[in-house]
Amino acid sequence: MSRIYQAFENKKAFIGFLTAGDPTLDKTEEFVLGMEEAGASLIELGIPFSDPIADGPVIQEADVRALSAGCTLDGILEMVRSLRKKTDIPLVFLAYLNTIYKYGYDKFCEGCRECGIDGVIIPDLPFEERMEFLPTASKYGIDLITMVAPTSKERIEMAVKDSSGFIYVVSSMGVTGARSEITTDVGEMIEIIRGVTDTPTAIGFGINTKEQAAKYSAIADGVIVGSAIVRIIAEYGDRAEPELKKYVAEMVSEMTD
Amino acid sequence: MKGRVIDMSKGRYGKHGGQYIPETLMNEIHKLEDAYESFKNDPDFVKELDTLNREYAGRPSLLYYAKKMTRDLGGAKIYFKREDLNHTGSHKINNVLGQVLLAKKMGKTRVIAETGAGQHGVATATAAALLDMECEIYMGKEDTIRQALNVYRMELLGAKVHAVETGTMTLKDAVNACMREWTARVDDTLYVLGSVMGPHPFPMIVRDFQSIISKEAREQILEIEGRLPDVVMACVGGGSNAMGSFYEFIQDQDVRLIGCEAAGHGVDSDKTAATMAVGSEGIFHGMKSYFCQDEYGQIAPVYSISAGLDYPGVGPEHAYLKDIGRAEYVPVTDEEAVEAFEYIARTEGIIAAIESSHAVAHLMRIAPKMDKEQIIICTLSGRGDKDVAAIARYRGVDLHE
Repeated sequence: MSRIYQAFENKKAFIGFLTAGDPTLDKTEEFVLGMEEAGASLIELGIPFSDPIADGPVIQEADVRALSAGCTLDGILEMVRSLRKKTDIPLVFLAYLNTIYKYGYDKFCEGCRECGIDGVIIPDLPFEERMEFLPTASKYGIDLITMVAPTSKERIEMAVKDSSGFIYVVSSMGVTGARSEITTDVGEMIEIIRGVTDTPTAIGFGINTKEQAAKYSAIADGVIVGSAIVRIIAEYGDRAEPELKKYVAEMVSEMTD
Repeated sequence: MKGRVIDMSKGRYGKHGGQYIPETLMNEIHKLEDAYESFKNDPDFVKELDTLNREYAGRPSLLYYAKKMTRDLGGAKIYFKREDLNHTGSHKINNVLGQVLLAKKMGKTRVIAETGAGQHGVATATAAALLDMECEIYMGKEDTIRQALNVYRMELLGAKVHAVETGTMTLKDAVNACMREWTARVDDTLYVLGSVMGPHPFPMIVRDFQSIISKEAREQILEIEGRLPDVVMACVGGGSNAMGSFYEFIQDQDVRLIGCEAAGHGVDSDKTAATMAVGSEGIFHGMKSYFCQDEYGQIAPVYSISAGLDYPGVGPEHAYLKDIGRAEYVPVTDEEAVEAFEYIARTEGIIAAIESSHAVAHLMRIAPKMDKEQIIICTLSGRGDKDVAAIARYRGVDLHE
């Protein structure tokens, strides 16, 4: 079992996403530690990709910044190795499948295990294609995170049955990005999931306000915030750390225990 | 257990293909597959599509014997499959009539589509106008400049055109934008994909609708010549006109199948779109296939004078035909394509699309080396009116429009 369960032990998990290498890998390390200090329970590190089809403009632009600054998967793994010496916080990668496929599934999972990555979220690897990667991930003890969407409906049961780590509950249609309103009945989705598995659930896509943090942490085991964090990094760049801490602390303070 | 699990992956061509898309789209893509499987054998659907093909698109397209080019090149007999004479000016209408009709049967009221040169966008906008569907087209901003006339054409047809300003602002980015839009709105919308690419069932659906090209060509050549051709060739971007041109000949082992891809400034330069020549295996835009990419799997910026071939991947069935050696794929540079564009205009009085001119360029290489008894069928996927201004610019001619 990976470290991921720790994020949900006796508390609701605040999961923060940032794009690795935006603006630099050194800063990513600093930002992760800052967010942990502010109360984040798990960090999602985005591996920048040239064509992130599940992401909205904010994360697309972060990927462009990271790639333009020369960020590579080898560099990211190096950074994680250094980060791991300083923290035990559960860490997962968010990676588009091609970046892993091209690197090599074995080499990637071996790198993850060695550097201390606990799980991987792959937005373009649906349930039907999971055997592409799942056997390798399992071999190295890396959790492949299951995603469930508003359109999943009768697919939910099949998708979450053998889930591990946590279940990423996509709150909204479309791509990542802050939303003022979430119209999906996520409560119903979570009820179905809980009827099938004990794997913790975390709601993502669109969450950015304190009110949403309060509301959705009451429904699920955790909330995932991405674009709102990336936007702070876009605005403050190298000097984003205090702002990130302030934002994460505010969000965490609103969440139910 | 393992066997059952592997069976879940659908739409495989050897190791290529599959359905690598966000969970949000999975139910919709299954619905599309179910609808297609049921309607493709539905007599009413088949009849309606056949009527549209004949009475609206102008099918069957001509198989034209290019007597002057045959004589001038001095080798094989050259036939052109004239998809350029279809309504809307390219082979794209074959697929679009099928898909938009399918969308309507599925109860959709809106279609979205990507476009490179604008041919697929124009065809989709046309079918949407005819079949009363709302239509939005996504086109790389770079391409909206290269093909400004087609943008206005789509708008005339009642479509809304979005200029995509992300990434390289070309076809690949238009596909990204369409996929993002589709994940936001699936209930009333079908993504009418323009090539034999993307997640299953698109490569199959598009190939089936485009295979009318080879179905007709095979019958036509048997009627005219009493025998099958030695070579069937077509240009390849995503690969829909090539797949359509090849499909009914795949079982005819003696027919050589040649796909001509866009080499841009050359396969040794960094300005190329010749995926088969310089690409490597990857998983992108819903499919496992060959892609132009770097060592970390970042999709490479590609280049071709032709906006329709300016794509960093190729359809999975082509990747498979290459793997098993059934089809061969050759690169053709901008300069060669432009020379062919000029040559076929001068020699046969046909202004062919710059995309199709890539195939004509390779035909000019191989025809002279073949026997006079041998036969080549080359598909002219589209007409070149849209390219005239760009070719003039390429040749340094200043047009005062």
